This record gives sequence, structure tokens and C-alpha cells, in this order.
Amino acid sequence: MDSSAWPLLLSAIAATYVWRALGVLLSARIDPEGDLFQWVTCVSYAMLAGLIARMTVMPLGVLAETPLVDRLVAMAIAFAVYFGWRRQILPGVAAGVVALILFAMVRENGLLGG
Amino acid sequence: MPAGSTGRAVVRRAILDALGLPSLVLLASMTGFGSLARESALGLELALLSTAGVWGLPGQLAFAELYAAGSEAVAVVMAVSLANARFLPMAVSFMPLLQVGLARRAWLLALVQLLSVNTWAAGLRVSPMLSGRERRRYFAVFGGICMTAALIGTATGYLAAGSLPRPVTFGLVFLNPVFFALIFADMRGHATAVALAMGALLGPLLHLVSPDWGVLATGLIAGTGAFWLTRILSARGRRR
Repeated sequence: MDSSAWPLLLSAIAATYVWRALGVLLSARIDPEGDLFQWVTCVSYAMLAGLIARMTVMPLGVLAETPLVDRLVAMAIAFAVYFGWRRQILPGVAAGVVALILFAMVRENGLLGG
Repeated sequence: MPAGSTGRAVVRRAILDALGLPSLVLLASMTGFGSLARESALGLELALLSTAGVWGLPGQLAFAELYAAGSEAVAVVMAVSLANARFLPMAVSFMPLLQVGLARRAWLLALVQLLSVNTWAAGLRVSPMLSGRERRRYFAVFGGICMTAALIGTATGYLAAGSLPRPVTFGLVFLNPVFFALIFADMRGHATAVALAMGALLGPLLHLVSPDWGVLATGLIAGTGAFWLTRILSARGRRR
């Protein structure tokens, strides 16, 4: 960890708090259902979806040690359990996580020849 | 109404509400974040500070990932902020409910730090049944418990990533993309769906073009595209 992380995080926290404070101060004068917010919401969701896809397909850190096929299959299992289990998020997440752990353990022990 | 007894009832209700699903989800998702923070070379203090300070998993995720990628400072700050831009409309719709009977608005500027998807939804749900004073009490207790659960989760994930077998660490870090992928699958609305699909396609491509600005560019291009596309399509649908 280099020392630049602290000012960077504090700036990011301040830049996030700006939205909260603006919400308190402007409350009566803006329409939360208006076009501007719908656009901001779209930008924000698209950005996150891009980040999540990138983390799955080409991860930067520790996940890069796992094969792409393992991550994709584990993600597919998470979706299958989620849709199969009355759209419950937690069982889906648990299934995806456990699947990736099992794949990695099996590979570590050489059963899949990885 | 005797203020003391209803006050206690409000606090009890807030504790019971918060200790259920909200705490469980936060505990699990923040455990994933704690592991990611460690693998992104952030210290435990920074991981905890980002949970309490950013207090929104999308922004925290953007911070850990872009920090690990060594992105430019301006790009990191903008991406973290944009990831949680929904706090503005959320605060606009909710904070006036807490202001009822409050002389000094400065308190709201402190309380608003507790605003998150969980606390916002719970606050909106109970507010019609409570006075202004009771709402503030409920929100502070509910939010305080949520944040405690999140900090415990963050520390747990951080410590677990360093001490458990490697495959478990893979799973804990993988929790982050899986969690959001399913949250996204749960979302309704055309504009949102188009924005998510276009973002998911563009994200990896633009990361290859520019690791520094790829995330922000994805949001701006795919988000703006989705916004206009759904507007044009719904306008055409109305004319028919």
C-alpha cells in the first residue's frame, strides 16, 4: 500500500458526500423522477455493469489466478440458482461463490488436470 | 403520547428490523469487499474507512478496483462518486421526511451519511407511521446497526483473505461481481436493463483501450446511449 491511498480515499469520500449534502440542501427544488436523474442513473448503472463484467472476464487481482471458464460457469450457476429459487439473491450468491471455491480446490488437487 | 415509551418502542422496532435480512446481506457483501480490499493492497484501516466513509458498495468496489489498477486519481474519484450518484435522488426523496419538527438542518447533514439502499428503503417504509422525532431515532438506530454489521463484515473478509486457503479467498473476492450481477438481474425498467447490458458489453472492451478511463467512459457512453435509446423508443411507442 503506498501513501497516496489515504488522500485518494478521502477525496473519494468527499466526492460521494457531495451527493448526500446536495440532496439535503436542494430537496425542495428538484424532481427526483426527472430526466437529469434518469440519465445519471443510467450512467451509474452502465458504469457498474461494465466494472462487474470486467472483473469477471479479465480480473486484475487474485481472481486472475482462476481460469476464465471457472468464473463463467460459477456465474452461470449463481444465475441458475437465483432464477430457480424464486429470485432469492443470497442463495444465488452462495451457490456461485461455493462453486468457484470447489473448482479451485479440485484444480489444486489435480483432478481436473489444471 | 408519552414520549419515553413510544421512543423505546421505536428503538426496539429499528433493532429488530435491522438485525434481519439487512444485516445479513451487509455482513455477506462487505465480507466480499473486505477480501477484495486486502487483495487490492489496501490496508485494514483504509478498508474500514471506505466502508464507513463511502458507505455504498458500488463506490467502494470502484475504489478498490481502480486503485488496484493504478488509475489516475481524478478518474478514481470521479468513478467512485458516480457509482453512488443515486444518493442524490434518494436523499431528495427521503431526507425531508426526517426534517419534520427539526429546527436545525445541520442534523440532517450528519444523518444523511447513514443513507444507503437499505436504510433508505426501511426509512421510507416506516415513516408514515412515525413522527419526525421518531423517524430520526429509527433511522439513526437502524443505520447504526447496518453500519456496524458492514464494518464487522469488512474486517472479517479482510482477515479471512489472508488466513484461509487460497480457493476460499478466490470465492470471497468473487462474491463482489456475483452479488452485483444478481442485484442487476433483480432490477426492473427498460432504461436500466439497456444501460446494464450495454455497460456489460462495453466495460471489458474499453478497459483494454484505457485502464485509466475505461470505467468512466463505459458509464458515459453506454449510460447516455441507453437513456436516449429508451426515450426515442418510448416516444415512438406513444405516437402509435
